[in-house]
Amino acid sequence: MPVQHLEQIFQQKIDNETKIEAKDWMPDAYRKTNLRQISQHAHSEVVGMLPEGNWISRAPSLKRKAILLAKIQDEAGHGLYLYSAAETLGQSRDEMINDLHSGKAKYSSIFNYPTLSWADIGAIGWLVDGAAIMNQVMLTRTSYGPYARAMVRICKEESFHQRQGFEILLVLSRGSAEQKSMCQDAINRWWWPSLMMFGPRDSESTNSDMSMKWKIKRKSNDELRQNFVDMIAEQIKVLGMKLPDDHLQWNESRNHYDFGNINWDEFWNVVKGNGPCNKQRLDARRKAHEEGRWVREAAIAYAEKKNSKLKREEAA
Amino acid sequence: MKNNFLQKFYYGDIPEEKGASGQYTTSHDTTQWPLWEVFIRSKNGLDHKHAGSLHAADAQMAIENARDVYTRRMEGVSIWVVESKYITASNPEEAGELYEPAMDKIYRHPTFYELPDEVNHM
Ligand SMILES: [Fe+2]
Ligand SMILES: [Fe+2]
Repeated sequence: MPVQHLEQIFQQKIDNETKIEAKDWMPDAYRKTNLRQISQHAHSEVVGMLPEGNWISRAPSLKRKAILLAKIQDEAGHGLYLYSAAETLGQSRDEMINDLHSGKAKYSSIFNYPTLSWADIGAIGWLVDGAAIMNQVMLTRTSYGPYARAMVRICKEESFHQRQGFEILLVLSRGSAEQKSMCQDAINRWWWPSLMMFGPRDSESTNSDMSMKWKIKRKSNDELRQNFVDMIAEQIKVLGMKLPDDHLQWNESRNHYDFGNINWDEFWNVVKGNGPCNKQRLDARRKAHEEGRWVREAAIAYAEKKNSKLKREEAA
Repeated sequence: MKNNFLQKFYYGDIPEEKGASGQYTTSHDTTQWPLWEVFIRSKNGLDHKHAGSLHAADAQMAIENARDVYTRRMEGVSIWVVESKYITASNPEEAGELYEPAMDKIYRHPTFYELPDEVNHM
């Protein structure tokens, strides 16, 4: 069948809201875009465990420690679901992990910021998971079946992440003067990077957008970002805290909150590897991978030994 | 085809040329844990349903990992694992021929038969 014809059938399926499955024909660029996006998403889940892991041993109570552990374990699971979805597109797990460790593959820049106080764990759950959820809810309807299914599973688990984060801040916001200022400080530091999570402004996209045509994405960066601002600007009132933006203001005519300018130089700088923790994060990942090698090899050796023993017994 | 129309940098979709260059190379593992498909029965009385996949050195480890990632919130009472390489899938390109025989047998459906309104419970 000629390629144009295949492309037509493919686009028809997308237009009719039929999901694309792993063995279906798809344009090369669709495969590549999905592979890049899903694997980067997987890397983000995995690297995202590091800033939070920093606080497991220092969580203020046993309850908080158990909750944080459970949340981080969820993130590891999210990484797994996504790597599995990416593998259906024909890249091996080993290759993906290698691309992460070599610096070739990216992960969400938000995880290159440090977690300086316990309040940061609250701010991450509320703002960072909150921003991720906005994206992920949209992605439950993405056109590639395995990715969409992974997103459904992930979204079911995410809402606890955001709620526990908000609750951490809520407790601090009702605490001592020192706790209140910790709370405000964490919000100040995480607010702008959270807004950057949605990516550059729509106006920076000059060409027609295939991700929309292929329904990999269904909302633009600015649309999602605006939804997020509208949500958070209301929720923060419950905390009695302030978002660090003097331009934040309800706009009656737009029916949305207006907000100030994002520092895009900072964004690109962190993407390029110059964020506060880029090096630390990659070093931690590489170290874990290298030091885990003997475990992976031992497990395989053990499985092979058991297998050959089983075969010998069957033969006897 | 150069994929130059993808200009938008969505969450988790940063073009690689915009990132830091990689100077670090890891040595690949010499062996890979095989891939397993996981099926979970959510409660007795229901079928096992495909839940996802994972890597594990052997079946026992696959079950233990499946428990850890797919049943953390009591999603299951029973787990099956099977090495992915043992699954044979039908070819989507042959779907037309494969399912064609079912297509023209509408008399297999109850709605094919028009009965008088007086006939109840059928
Ligand atoms: Fe997650
Ligand atoms: Fe999360």
